[in-house]
Amino acid sequence: MSVLGKYFIFLGTLFSKGEKLSVYWRRLMEECVGIGVSSIFIVAIVSTFIGAVSCIQTAYNLVSPIIPISTVALIVRDMSILELAPTITCIVLAGKVGSNIASELGTMRITEQVDALEVMGINSASYLVLPKVIAAMITFPMLVIFAGFLNIFGGYLAGTLTGVITERDYMNGIRDSFVPYNIFFMCVKPFVFGFLIATISSFKGYFTQGGALEVGKASTGAVTSSCISVLIADYLLAQLLL
Amino acid sequence: MIEINNISKSFNGKAVLKGISSAFKKGETNLIIGGSGTGKSVLLKCMIGLVKPDQGNVLYDGRDFYHCDKETQQALRREMGVLFQGGALFDSKTVEENVRFPLDMLTSQSVEEKRERVAFCLQRVGLEAAAKRMPSEISGGMKKRVGIARAIVMNPKYLFCDEPNSGLDPLTSVKIDELIKEITEEYQITTIIITHDMNSVMEIGQNIMFLYQGDKLWEGVNTDIIKTDVPELKEFLFSNKLLREMEP
Repeated sequence: MSVLGKYFIFLGTLFSKGEKLSVYWRRLMEECVGIGVSSIFIVAIVSTFIGAVSCIQTAYNLVSPIIPISTVALIVRDMSILELAPTITCIVLAGKVGSNIASELGTMRITEQVDALEVMGINSASYLVLPKVIAAMITFPMLVIFAGFLNIFGGYLAGTLTGVITERDYMNGIRDSFVPYNIFFMCVKPFVFGFLIATISSFKGYFTQGGALEVGKASTGAVTSSCISVLIADYLLAQLLL
Repeated sequence: MIEINNISKSFNGKAVLKGISSAFKKGETNLIIGGSGTGKSVLLKCMIGLVKPDQGNVLYDGRDFYHCDKETQQALRREMGVLFQGGALFDSKTVEENVRFPLDMLTSQSVEEKRERVAFCLQRVGLEAAAKRMPSEISGGMKKRVGIARAIVMNPKYLFCDEPNSGLDPLTSVKIDELIKEITEEYQITTIIITHDMNSVMEIGQNIMFLYQGDKLWEGVNTDIIKTDVPELKEFLFSNKLLREMEP
């Protein structure tokens, strides 16, 4: 409970006594590149293959003369939009971005860079962490939309190249019974997950004490806690919004 | 002038500082010496506001750091320059950007003014040629000098140095000491240095405070320190066999 309390106090410090807006703007752009742009490659690889595997495995399990083959595409689409793109992508990002944030802040803490900011009278938490949180909340939904597209595209490639589904059936399945609200749901999830991953990882890194070993522990702890929080939030959002 | 009155600090019930009081004069290099774990760095952190003391106060030219409003505290912070033990340079910024950082964050100076000030500070520490290099590309001694340049870029009234010689060869240590002393005298700064380097004590120690297990056991000038009759200080000073043989 005390850790939770400390976490909420930490969140409070992010929004108290900020610096000049121009400083935040520059930092936000740097973080958007660091968190978002640098994650495009891993997100693209993971999403394409997950989409491809989803298509092949769904087709394998859906052998029935009464179910049209286009259903495979429909299932791939809904799985991608509702779960695979937002949740799996964010779990991957929790590993990549979360560990990066925690180790960066942890190293800054143990090498007294955070102290240097504090001594200058700069709100170090706000200066270092707030741009990361906002950047994650902006770029995660973009990456998830990109991942959703690649999931479906990966399914299309795997399905048509292996011959389990024709291009025409796949396209029909993709368009069948589409619920636009699911897109909104897909975008809300990474917005929440981005906040959780960035704040939890920052919290773990910011309060690191000791040396290199503790930075490693903070990084591992950040990924573990971020993944658990993403899964809990995933369940709660599904309960609340669907 | 900086005055500390009755500063005490404990961690988990263990007293690290036990009612330390002293005064550090303007334009002088004031040294706080003592063995490892005697509370030197905690005392420095109490003075610069990184660790709040359990009791006591710190006065900067009469302004009480811990009992003033936030604006005064903020103004006091801007009058401080701190050189951290490892330099504490920002890894992602070049030497020039590191030195310019306080100006970017805390002033509304024009780009040209900032450029001139940064160039002056880098020239003052002899690092104008390294302006575009990253901290990972420079030596430990250069990092300390960049740290000094960053500490003086805002024209501080008070300069704090946490073990400026640690990890440096004797020649570089002497150069760093001389640089700090020159800057202190030139700009009439109140400088406080944490060290256990005996060269620094003898070379630049205008006012020296000796800490032992959280207590202040001795205070004086470098010419008197050799004549001390405080056993703990004698043990600290003459820990080296060669020096023991030279003991008066």
